Amino acid sequence: MNYFLTEEQQMIQELAAQIAREKIKPVRAQLDEQEEFPWEIMQVLAQADLFGLYIPEEYGGMGGGILENCLAIEQLAQACIGVATSFAASGLGAYPILLYGSEEQKQRYLPEVAAGKRLAAFGLTESSAGSDVSGIKTTAVRDGDHYLLNGNKQWITNGGEAEIYSVLALTDRSKGPRGASFFIVEKGDPGFSFGRKEKKLGIRASATRELIFQDCRIPKDRLIGREGIGFINAMKTFDKSRPGIAALGVGLSQGALDLAVEYARQREQFGKPIITFQAIQHKLANMAIKTEASRALLYAAARHMDTEPPDASKLAAMVKVFSGDVAMEVATDAVQILGGYGYMQDYPVEKMMRDAKILQIYEGTNEIQRNIIGQELNKEYSRIKETFF
Amino acid sequence: MHIVVCIKQVPDTKNVRIDPDTHTLVRQGVESIINPFDLFAVEAALQIKDASSATITVITMGPPQAEEALREVLSRGVDAALLLSDRAFAGADTWATSVTLSAAIRKLGNVDLILCGKQAVDGDTAQVGPEVATLLDIPYATFVKKMEPLDAQHLKVTRQTDEGTEVWKLSTPALITVIKEVGEPRLPSLRHKMRAKKAAIPVWGIAELGLDANDVGLCGSFTQVVRVFSPPRRTDRVIIEGSLEEQVEQLYRYLKEAKVPGI
Repeated sequence: MNYFLTEEQQMIQELAAQIAREKIKPVRAQLDEQEEFPWEIMQVLAQADLFGLYIPEEYGGMGGGILENCLAIEQLAQACIGVATSFAASGLGAYPILLYGSEEQKQRYLPEVAAGKRLAAFGLTESSAGSDVSGIKTTAVRDGDHYLLNGNKQWITNGGEAEIYSVLALTDRSKGPRGASFFIVEKGDPGFSFGRKEKKLGIRASATRELIFQDCRIPKDRLIGREGIGFINAMKTFDKSRPGIAALGVGLSQGALDLAVEYARQREQFGKPIITFQAIQHKLANMAIKTEASRALLYAAARHMDTEPPDASKLAAMVKVFSGDVAMEVATDAVQILGGYGYMQDYPVEKMMRDAKILQIYEGTNEIQRNIIGQELNKEYSRIKETFF
Repeated sequence: MHIVVCIKQVPDTKNVRIDPDTHTLVRQGVESIINPFDLFAVEAALQIKDASSATITVITMGPPQAEEALREVLSRGVDAALLLSDRAFAGADTWATSVTLSAAIRKLGNVDLILCGKQAVDGDTAQVGPEVATLLDIPYATFVKKMEPLDAQHLKVTRQTDEGTEVWKLSTPALITVIKEVGEPRLPSLRHKMRAKKAAIPVWGIAELGLDANDVGLCGSFTQVVRVFSPPRRTDRVIIEGSLEEQVEQLYRYLKEAKVPGI
């Protein structure tokens, strides 16, 4: 379908698709099987200028926005969302700096992230704080020209592999969420270490580790923005990054649909290709409808969100929820269409089904997304004076 | 350092057609790709550029559609491109092609290094590189897998031949044809891709090159393709399968039955 993308946006798609086809697809099964971090592919993506799509040109990026970033993520995700997650997570880690960082911090960190020289990561989740962000316990205490960080961050994507971490910590425990602040922590900072690499159901090419802060001492200029705006920064960051998760979903759905249709056209039972059977046709039709719908919503919403609208949170939540749920359904149906073959590791759809599940969980569970949408609806309608009855 | 890379657009080997009258390849309407070996030459040039400050110009002789191939190479980081295109160039054999390419390189001037792929996958002659060097009267080395600059005027090149590896010292300007061992061709980057889309690509014909129409294309060709045919499929092949030990044993038996001396 023609989405009226600009020439530049089409080039991004083309280039990301070429990388997916030539560099990711041939190794995705191996990366999954061996839980290998895709450093080689990260270098290819860096050399292709894709890490800086959403970063302004003055900081070494390509000056695009959410849509440009999503177009690349979608294409990469068609081959493997484990790889694409590692790519997208660097953006998630950089956004707090891009949104609220000082000019000096932006000059120092963003060009390296844009060039893909250093990966970034985002540290928010803790063992007792996931959906409920206000439950975080990690603290940052001012000590002269330094801050002293203590606490643990759990399940951090790119943990151990990234060199730049945006970490949320409490600077004032008494203020609850208003007492949270973001800090830039670098790999190698004293008192900063990593836990073991987690074993996961899917996206096994991506690395997930615990971040451990034990009297981690960092200079005071690593505070992003000012004390107390950490929670707002996290929410604004998610408005920018959640469409990326949606793009992972759209890419995965398309990848699963492609395989399912191709298989159904070739596989013969009762003397006919199974695509001629209505049961299969309807399944494929529903997969195609949902995939295209999730793409259409993502592109339209991403374009809208790039204009910095007031309803960004609602739309970011909508695209994340919809394409994540669609990806899970489409991948599950693809396995069903491939039947026994689909269940075997020789075919890539079982991996897609394992991978898809995370889309409903990370960067805010789909339940939390629905809460956000519901709360935003409540706010929105409270401002409307007329009655619809 | 100014490096010129010569590339060729070849028909995608999946669908090759031969013109029944001229017995040459039909290029129009057939999907074209860059000769894969030429992409290794581009990669070798880019590696030199990565390590030092080189300027790379890529040239090709072909129909107007060959511009696509030049833009593709520009998107991988080459600095400039030049298309040699003229109706008079049509039907060129390797000699007429080399006459045209060498005239263009002479006109460009100040070229330190010329890189080519070891051969094109359509004609498979491997002649154009050495012919261009001969016409320019510069040294050349073929089937090179590695090159290192020794000083401003010399290169150390490692050649892969059927007999083994040779290391040569070559004075520049020189021409080198490369093999795939120089390194896997890099993919385009977005910045280069955007630049490539807008890049102005000059087109030179016989007028610009100061060549006579009789010296290029079919008129300037010493060879003409009389007939093209597929060799009859050999049916006497035997494929030996099994473990390595079993294969060796079977091979030994075959050789013995064939009464090969010394077995």
